[in-house]
Amino acid sequence: MAEMDTSSGGGHKKGPGVKKGKKLSTRVDLTPMVDLGFLLITFFIFTTTMSQATAMRLFLPKDADKPEDQNKAKESGVITLLLGKDNNVFYYEGSLDNTASNFKSSNFHDIRTVLMDKKRRTPETDLVVVIKPSDECTYKNVVDILDEMTINILKRYALVDISSIEAQLVAKSEENAAAASAKN
Amino acid sequence: MGRAKLPRKSTVIDMTAMCDVAFLLLSFFILTTKFKPSEAIAVTTPKSVAAKVAPTKDIVEIIIDKDGKVFLTMDDESVKETMANSLNSTKNLGLNVTAFKKAQFFGAPFGSLASFLALPEDQRKGNLLPGIPVKDSSNNELTTWMSLVANAYQGKKPNLLLKGDNLAKYPAFKSVINAFKKNDFLKFQMVTNPESVPVGTDLWKKGQSGEKRTE
Repeated sequence: MAEMDTSSGGGHKKGPGVKKGKKLSTRVDLTPMVDLGFLLITFFIFTTTMSQATAMRLFLPKDADKPEDQNKAKESGVITLLLGKDNNVFYYEGSLDNTASNFKSSNFHDIRTVLMDKKRRTPETDLVVVIKPSDECTYKNVVDILDEMTINILKRYALVDISSIEAQLVAKSEENAAAASAKN
Repeated sequence: MGRAKLPRKSTVIDMTAMCDVAFLLLSFFILTTKFKPSEAIAVTTPKSVAAKVAPTKDIVEIIIDKDGKVFLTMDDESVKETMANSLNSTKNLGLNVTAFKKAQFFGAPFGSLASFLALPEDQRKGNLLPGIPVKDSSNNELTTWMSLVANAYQGKKPNLLLKGDNLAKYPAFKSVINAFKKNDFLKFQMVTNPESVPVGTDLWKKGQSGEKRTE
């Protein structure tokens, strides 16, 4: 394929006295060219961004001025997620009791099982997820938890400001966890 | 007893076909590649399962960088011109309207906006600029920016995008949301990188059963 037909027409003999020119092979070694080709291909594969940015939608509720305008939720159907620093998630179901005994700690991996479990146990009309990001958590945490809502098809959720009691609880359990890991 | 001689085969392989393939692939990648425009503000967006492609026209984008600094970019130049004029008349900032129109993003308090616009384009780097002040809730300048945007678009709704860095802290995000809420921008989209739906989850099951996703 990479050679040209250099033999003169049909290979018939030249006349007498005509000197035969030395036949040079026209076969080119293509290996370096192939090397170069694949090198460039790898370069372009690595520099290419195949994925276009996508966008997730978020609809904000209008702030209700009067307390009676606000949405009511059944206590049994509410799960509150608190986002702490260093990718910690804390949660409690219903309302927080005085001794904070239903305040549990989790992380972004395990929270999915918690949510799925809650979804299975609660009638769909009652289920409300309340997301309370603390001042320490990152934007990524908030997006991740909102994404978790999409992943688990939870239709009713709300972003709510954290209360000072909850913020203290989060800070305290983070300290405890840090102390426990320092001991080990 | 002589063994049957095997004819010696040449080990030279014809590289032409391989060469053809290599360059075919090469030209494909060159033609499909779009280089990322270098961004003045470095932002790494988080991942999400959202499948909707982010809009690219009529956008008003708020960028939160990793230090929580807030920037605003828009693409419609006529809208920007209206905004510059109303800023000049209401706040007396003495802005250069042409520079305002051409600016790729805004990232300075109103007080120093004129000097920000005086900077050449290549010196406007996100990490050197103060950003739009949002932290102080009584003086959230983004609220003013958003009301300017709302007035300039005259009732039309621009595509409101929010692009935040992974490491940005929540308070910055919250003050941006507050600025949106105060101006009745209740729908917005967050720019993310696509991610596949985790196997075994409800959304995954829904996808498997062939139902269409509603965003």
